[in-house]
Amino acid sequence: MIEALTVRAGLAVRPAVPVVIAHYGTWIAVAVMFVVPPLVFRSGTALTMMSLMGISIVFALSYNMLLGQTGMLSFGHAVYFGLGAYFAVHCMNAAITSGLPVPLPIIPLVGGLGGLAFAILFGWVSTKRSGTAFAMISLGLAELVGSSALILRSFFGGEEGVTTDRTRLLRLFDISFGPQIEVYYLIAAWCLVCMVLMYKFTRTPLGRMCNAVRDNSERAQFVGYNPQFVRFLAFCVSGFFAGVAGGLAAIHFEIANSAYFSATQSGNVLLATFIGGSGYFFGPVIGAAVVSYLQVMLSDVTEIWQLYFGLLFITMVMFAPQGIAGLLMMHRPLWRRRALLKVAAAYALALPPALVMLAGIALVIEMTYRLSVKAAEGPHMTFFSVPFAADQPPAWLTAGLLIVGGFILFRLTWPIIAAAWVNAESRKELAQ
Amino acid sequence: MLELVIISILNGVQFGMLLFLMASGLTLIFSMMGVLNFAHASFYMLGAFFGFQIARWLGFWPALLIAPALVGIIGALVERYGLRNVHRQGHVPELLFTFGLAYVIEEVVQMIWGKAPVDFRVPALLDFPAFTIFTTNYPAYKLLMLLTSAGIFLVLFIVLTRTRIGLVIQAALSHPHMVAHLGHNVPLVFMSVFGVGSALAAIAGVIAGPALVTQSNMAGLLGPILFVVVVVGGLGSLAGAFAASLLIGLVQTFAVSVNTSLADVFAFAHVTPSPGSILGDLWTVTLAQIAPILPYLLLVMVLILKPTGLWGTRET
Repeated sequence: MIEALTVRAGLAVRPAVPVVIAHYGTWIAVAVMFVVPPLVFRSGTALTMMSLMGISIVFALSYNMLLGQTGMLSFGHAVYFGLGAYFAVHCMNAAITSGLPVPLPIIPLVGGLGGLAFAILFGWVSTKRSGTAFAMISLGLAELVGSSALILRSFFGGEEGVTTDRTRLLRLFDISFGPQIEVYYLIAAWCLVCMVLMYKFTRTPLGRMCNAVRDNSERAQFVGYNPQFVRFLAFCVSGFFAGVAGGLAAIHFEIANSAYFSATQSGNVLLATFIGGSGYFFGPVIGAAVVSYLQVMLSDVTEIWQLYFGLLFITMVMFAPQGIAGLLMMHRPLWRRRALLKVAAAYALALPPALVMLAGIALVIEMTYRLSVKAAEGPHMTFFSVPFAADQPPAWLTAGLLIVGGFILFRLTWPIIAAAWVNAESRKELAQ
Repeated sequence: MLELVIISILNGVQFGMLLFLMASGLTLIFSMMGVLNFAHASFYMLGAFFGFQIARWLGFWPALLIAPALVGIIGALVERYGLRNVHRQGHVPELLFTFGLAYVIEEVVQMIWGKAPVDFRVPALLDFPAFTIFTTNYPAYKLLMLLTSAGIFLVLFIVLTRTRIGLVIQAALSHPHMVAHLGHNVPLVFMSVFGVGSALAAIAGVIAGPALVTQSNMAGLLGPILFVVVVVGGLGSLAGAFAASLLIGLVQTFAVSVNTSLADVFAFAHVTPSPGSILGDLWTVTLAQIAPILPYLLLVMVLILKPTGLWGTRET
C-alpha cells in the first residue's frame, strides 16, 4: 500500500515540463518539422512542393478515415476535395465583389463545410452499402459529378474553371498572402490543426466504433450500434477534411477546375494512402509526403515517371501491403532491443545488388521509350550521364546483365537477411 | 424518324454486344475470385494496340487471332504470378492490385505507342457499305463486329452450359473445394478462365479498334461503363450481363441521337429560367449532352433500389 502510494506520489512530483513533452512531444516535433524546412530550403520549387505536401497530407488523412479506419474503399474521394475547392473559390470571389470582411485564413473552413454538405447528401446514398457495392457507388458518383462539372457551367465554369485572387481579401496583420512563403505557412497551420483533430477523432468513441464496424460490422450491430450510421458519420467527417484540403488547394492555385474531380485525383490519394500504410495514423502522412516528392522530383528526371510510380504501387501491394508505415513498425521491436544494427548490416549488403537490378529495369524502360515514342529524336541518349545508342545490342546486353546479375546477387542476400532477423529476434528473447 | 430508330437499334445492339464480350469475362472472373478486375478494360486496350501492331506486320486477319492469344497468355500470367499471391492478403489488396495494373498498362501503352490515337484502319476487304437503310449506309465492318460478338456469345453459351468443361467451371465457381476433391485442378481452371476472359476482352479490342479510336485512354473511358454493366446486370450473372450490355448499348445510342432539352419540352409553357443560373444550365442541356452520365445514374439507382442488380442473385 505504501509502495503504491509512493509510486503514485513519484509520478505526481515529476517536473511539469517532461509531462508536457511526453504528452505533446510528437505534435511539437511535427510543428517544428513544418516551421523549419522553409528556413532551410528557400527556393520557389521547394516551397511549392512543401505546400503541395501539406495539402495532400490533409487529403490523404481524410481518405484514410474511410479506408484504414472504417474499411470503406472509395474511388471517388476527389469529389469532396473538388467541391471544397469550388466553394472556397466562389466564397473568395463573393467576398471580393461584395467587399465583405472575410480574411483568407478562414476560407479552408468554407471549403470544408462545402465538402461536408455534399458528403451528407452523397453519403446518405452511398453508405447504405459497404464493401464492393460502396466502392462501385463511389465510382459512379465520381463520374456523375465529374460530368456535371462540364454541364453546370454557371457554377463550375466549364472546362477553364473558376479563377480567383487570394490577395484581394481582407488583410489581417498586413499579411497579403501574395508570396508563396505566406501561403505555405497558412497551409502548414491548417495541416497541423487538421492532423491533430483527425488524430483526436481516432480516439473518440465514434472513432473506435469505426474500427469496430471495419473489423466486424455484425458484432458492432449486436452491441447496439447501427453500422450504417457509423459509416455515414465517418463519411461526413472525412468529406469535411477533404473539403478543407480542397479549399487549401484553391488558395494555393487560385483556381478551381474540373481536374480537381478527376479519376486521377481520386486514384492518387488512394495510391498515396496505401503506399504510406493505411493501418497506421501516420501512414498517409508519410505516403502523401513521399508521393508528392516523387511526383515533383521524378517528373524532372524522366517523362514517364507515372510508370515508375505505378510499378512502385504494384510492388507495395504485392510485397508490403502494410505500406511504408508497416515496414517501419515491423522494425520497432528490434529498435527497442537495440538489435537494429545487425539487420541494418544485412540490408546494406542487399541494397547494392537491388539498386543494380532496378537500374537495369529502368534502363530497359528508358530505351524502349526512346526507341518508340521518342524515335524522332534518334537513338542517342544518356542514362545517369552515360551516353550511348539505344538501338545497339551492347546497350540491351548491358541492361540484361544488370537485371539478371543484380537479381541473382540480390536473391543470394535473402538468406542473409533472414538469418539476421532470426539473430535479432533471439537477442530479443535473451533480453526478456 | 423510322430510319433513325432502326439505325440506332442496330448501333445500340452492336455496341451492346461489344460490351458483352468484355462483361462476360469480367463477370466470370468476379464469380471466381470475388474481385472486380479493374484491369479488364486494359486487356481490351492491349488487344486493340497489339491488333494494330500485328495488323501492320501481318495483316488484319492474323491479328484477330494472334493478339487475343497474346493477351490471354498475359492474363493467365497475371493471375498465376500476381493475383494468386495477393489473394492471401484479402480483398482490398486484390482490388488495388488490379487497379495498379490498369494504371501501369496505360502507362506502358503510352510509353510504346504515345498518347495520340494510332492509325488503325478497317481492312480494305471490308471497307464497303453492306446495305442501305433508306438513305444511311451500314458499313460491312460494323456487320462483322456484330456477327463476331454474336458468334462468340453463342460459343460461350454452349461451352458453359452444354460441355463437361463448362460444368466443371460452373461448379468451381460456387464450390471450389468440392470440385478439387473430385480431382479437378481448380487453380488451373481459375487461371484458364482468367486467361480466356482477358482474351475475349482483347478480341473486343481488336474488332473495336478500327471502328472506335485506338488511343491510350480507351481503357479509362470504357472501364467504368463495364462496371456499370456487370453491376446493373447482377454480379456473377452471365444472363444479366447480356441484358445489361444491350440495355446500356441501346440507352447510350438513343440518348446521343436525341437532341432535346427541357427548354424544348416546355417550350409551349413559355417559361425560361434566367440563363447563367444552375437551373438555366439544366434547362438548356440536351439529352445528347448528358448521354455519357446516364449509365452512372442507372448504376447508382440500381445499387440503391435493387442491390443484387437486375438479374443477380447475390449481394455485391
